[in-house]
Amino acid sequence: MSSGVLRTRWLPPAVALLVFLGLWYLVSDVLLDDDRQFLLPPPHAVVEVAFLDPVNRAPLLRGLALSATVALIGFLIAVVLGVAIGTAMSQARWVERSLYPYAVLLQCVPILALVPVIGFWFDFGLTSRVIVTVLIALFPVISSTLFGLQSTDRGQHDLLSLHRAGRVTRLVKLQFPSALPALLTGLQVAATLAVVGAVVGDLFFKQGTPGIGVLIDLYRARLQTEQLLGAALLACLLGVAAFSLLGLLIRVTTGGWHGSTTVHGRPR
Amino acid sequence: MLELSGVERTFSDGTAAVRDLDLRVRRGEFVSVVGPSGCGKSTMLRLVSGLEPTTAGTVDVAPCRLGYVFQDPTLLPWRTVTRNVELLAELEGIPRVERRRRVERVLDLVGLTGFEQARPAALSGGMRMRASLARSLVLEPELFLLDEPFGALDELTRERMNDELVALFTGGAFTALFVTHSVSEAVFLSSRVVVMSPRPGHVVGEVSVPFPYPRKPRLRFTPEFGRLAGQVSDLLRDADGGRDEWVVPA
Repeated sequence: MSSGVLRTRWLPPAVALLVFLGLWYLVSDVLLDDDRQFLLPPPHAVVEVAFLDPVNRAPLLRGLALSATVALIGFLIAVVLGVAIGTAMSQARWVERSLYPYAVLLQCVPILALVPVIGFWFDFGLTSRVIVTVLIALFPVISSTLFGLQSTDRGQHDLLSLHRAGRVTRLVKLQFPSALPALLTGLQVAATLAVVGAVVGDLFFKQGTPGIGVLIDLYRARLQTEQLLGAALLACLLGVAAFSLLGLLIRVTTGGWHGSTTVHGRPR
Repeated sequence: MLELSGVERTFSDGTAAVRDLDLRVRRGEFVSVVGPSGCGKSTMLRLVSGLEPTTAGTVDVAPCRLGYVFQDPTLLPWRTVTRNVELLAELEGIPRVERRRRVERVLDLVGLTGFEQARPAALSGGMRMRASLARSLVLEPELFLLDEPFGALDELTRERMNDELVALFTGGAFTALFVTHSVSEAVFLSSRVVVMSPRPGHVVGEVSVPFPYPRKPRLRFTPEFGRLAGQVSDLLRDADGGRDEWVVPA
């Protein structure tokens, strides 16, 4: 990595982070009176209390592991279901007409409002949490699959028609590969939504084995701001990790040929 | 090889692309079709290939291996040159070893040796078109349909591709139906040039080009070549109702 890349790619966000931390200290140490500092403890206090003290670190890491598991299972189910539904829609007009409105509806319904109902039906364990996650992450997978499969070049379709390619051949050799960039972008959105679903769904469940969400609610009730901020930070990192992993997958699979992918800002 | 009689193609919005289209192509001929933009030349090729149905009339194509080269190279961007060129052979179920042998041969034929592992994005416009030609040549077509394949290329590349196509035609055993709106390209390539009217397109005249194959690049600057190109241009102008805004491409 050249020093130029270091300067243009990593310096700006690093500066932004420093400014952010500076503002945090400013609010915490200067603007807030001592008896109100518990509202926003300084960054080092959050690290010390939430991450360095084993008494707090252990439940936080257990919560993180649970939420990550829920997010991962939910994401994988959403991918399998979403790709299957999107593909079915692309193959038959009537499937698209009958299902798409409900897929959109699913996206519009505030899933979190359904959390009590889902908990009522499926109890407050892993299953309910995964269901909430799937419901939240499903739509972007369906829509990006459908959009990707439908936006294949017409000339390429003609080429396959000339050689009497069947549906399956067409899907495998042409439509799926050409849908891949759109599909993966949809999956990236879905992956971050899965994390949101896992954490926020958990927060709303308020019971069962505590994931990050339950912990957040607990710390809030106890006014343990350091732990609360630590938990929120871990949830953020989980989301960033999901986003980055999918970004890596995009680069590995389509980076070699898809036009909009750039490396270090240079078009390939 | 191929006979169209009284062919009509009307789209669902009511516009007729071609009407009363008659055309006969004999085995071993290289026939170019020229006409104003939007006169239904491409539609004619789609009808011949069976990609589109006729509204009226008959399309009679002798059973044969068909090659079709589109205006765009339509290469698959995720496949390398080799994998793109073998695509149609793959669809036709030709075994892998045989496929690779043929691919090697046609890549040599179109001058793409050394670019086997390149992706389309890394190729120039001319090279992409060569890959597209190679993809069709792999199946050793007997009837070759070419839809303005060199329209997007610069003049120099286009002339070179024309030279190469003439060489391929001379060495190969195919019949060609070539759509273009370049008069000189048509005359240089063809044994016969057919002129179409504006939409709805039909044949309004034809000019025989008696030069033997192989043809040398210098042929373009002979007086006889100029005379034939002039005849085609005149036919085109008449077909277009003598309108001035339509400029005959060089």
